[in-house]
Amino acid sequence: MRMLNLLKISFKAIVLNKVRALLTMLGVIIGVASVIAMLAIGEGSKQSIKAQISSMGSNMITIRPYAERQGGVRLSRNEMQSLTLDDFELIQSEASLLTNVSPQVDGNGQVIYGSDNWPSSIYGVNPEYLSIRVWEIQSGSMFTDVEVKSASKVAVIGQTVVENIFTNGEDPVGRMIRFNNIPFKVIGVLEEKGENTFGQDQDDVVLAPYTTVQKRILAIDYLQSITASAISEEQSEEAVEEVTELMNKSHEIQKGATADFEIRSMEELISTFSSTGEMLTILLVAIASISLLIGGIGIMNIMYVSVKERTREIGLRLAVGAKSSDILMQFLIEAILISITGGLIGVFLGLSTTYFIEKMLSWPTSVTGYSIVISFAVCAITGIFFGWYPARKAATLDPIEAMRYE
Amino acid sequence: MKEKAIHLAHLKRSFKMGEDTVHALDGISFGIEEGEFVTIMGSSGSGKSTLLNLIGCLDRPTSGTYKIDGVSIKDLGKNQLAQIRNEKIGFIFQSYNLLPRTTALENVELPLLYNNSIGVEERRKRALEALEKVSLSDRLHHTPSQLSGGQQQRVAIARSLVNDPVVILADEATGNLDTKTSYEIMALFQELNRQGKTIVFVTHEPDIASFSGRTIVLKDGKIIRDEKNTNVRVALDDLRAIPKQD
Repeated sequence: MRMLNLLKISFKAIVLNKVRALLTMLGVIIGVASVIAMLAIGEGSKQSIKAQISSMGSNMITIRPYAERQGGVRLSRNEMQSLTLDDFELIQSEASLLTNVSPQVDGNGQVIYGSDNWPSSIYGVNPEYLSIRVWEIQSGSMFTDVEVKSASKVAVIGQTVVENIFTNGEDPVGRMIRFNNIPFKVIGVLEEKGENTFGQDQDDVVLAPYTTVQKRILAIDYLQSITASAISEEQSEEAVEEVTELMNKSHEIQKGATADFEIRSMEELISTFSSTGEMLTILLVAIASISLLIGGIGIMNIMYVSVKERTREIGLRLAVGAKSSDILMQFLIEAILISITGGLIGVFLGLSTTYFIEKMLSWPTSVTGYSIVISFAVCAITGIFFGWYPARKAATLDPIEAMRYE
Repeated sequence: MKEKAIHLAHLKRSFKMGEDTVHALDGISFGIEEGEFVTIMGSSGSGKSTLLNLIGCLDRPTSGTYKIDGVSIKDLGKNQLAQIRNEKIGFIFQSYNLLPRTTALENVELPLLYNNSIGVEERRKRALEALEKVSLSDRLHHTPSQLSGGQQQRVAIARSLVNDPVVILADEATGNLDTKTSYEIMALFQELNRQGKTIVFVTHEPDIASFSGRTIVLKDGKIIRDEKNTNVRVALDDLRAIPKQD
């Protein structure tokens, strides 16, 4: 009952000073709106990075040789011969948390068709590689295990390669191309993937059986890396541990000694990028919080003016029986009403700003529930915190002096 | 024997002004019975405002006792004083002290907002009754700026009546009004007194004092005269005597 009356009194005081209240709210409105919009942008970019990484195969695990010293010289990873087909076979047969495993040997060179040529990379892999990278075949087909076994000269090529050497628009499937003068028969074309997060063109690639690349192009019998996919993204850490154990055993790595291989998962990459995104979000929110603080100071300022201006009114209220606590509550409620109303408008403005940013600038955004809850809670706290001192001042006025105040 | 509405005994109130102590009230004793209409007179500095603040429970005495409606206020805390003001006292001020941009009805309801035992409907009902008593039933939704000085003061009187107080305290209630309106207001006070209201009226005009049944005169914080008026003027008669202005 008493609270309801006080709420009415405070509400009336705000309505009587609409323009002033609105101007006071402006600080809070801008503060809340920017907190929400900034968090939405930060969260949006974080999620889009994550989605991009996921599209590269978020459960991907890569095993590479670790560049150890040989006589003081650190070797290039690709020249190290510590990773072999035996390792691949071991992992393929023993690792339980992996779905697909593929050896990998890479080479660079010129792709030639007719009078056109294009510098590209050739990945020597097995058929499972496609599902590891989440790549799709657009036309034709992937090579088979039989073709791997027989080291057939067949290739599956990416869109960038197609565009640059098949300039007449003819169907590449069934044509003969040359990679570093070795002839390959194109049996499939990959679906377009675009650039990845690092700006690397994922379509500029030629896939061929790893046996063919080992023998014909690189003339090596070891592997440069082993690529695999874990059962799920969540289990990729466990999968890494499992593979590490297997490899440690077969490579006879003593406990505490440096291994001659290195295993990385996409998960690590994601967390690295996520933390960058979080950093960005924290910065944006810090800036937005400052405007919320300034909004709060604005409320305090206006509440002081309001108390001063209504000194006689306060005196009268005290004279007709208002308790100090009634006056305190009246002004506190007024401050909270202003900040919460400002907060509500701010939430609305923040959501519409986010919407327009997404539509007009086509930036990825994502409004999170907690950003609304937090900024709203901060608003209420701002109202209480900055409204307290002016309200306290009003409550401690002496009724006799207050009524005489001119 | 009627119960005393107000009882003061050896009441003192002093203020520290730097090094000096000013005795605004220097041992005052009197009682006011229910249904009395008393004016308190005195020149400025005589202590009448201090006395009014004490009677109105806005202030506490330095020494002496003060009982209102049988309750001694000496040991009461701030909140209890507020409650006494809310339930037992009706204030009327020289400058009306109405809330600006607030309707007459809402102004009259104000004291009841701070009384938790009175609901919305009861509050509205009492405010309407009080405004009817001061003949302002046709001005319920006017704000102070839309009312004349006399009307504003009548709203203030209605506000003082709304909590059915033990005593109505008026501080120079006619001070800002012209003679005719003053007489109208005094006629209203006399009518309220006739209905049984206890009224304490502070003024420095002997003319106004002559409408009351008893006059207490203060000087330098002491009572120098306290006597019943044998010849109480009737405000309505004086009002009729004023020639109509055209």
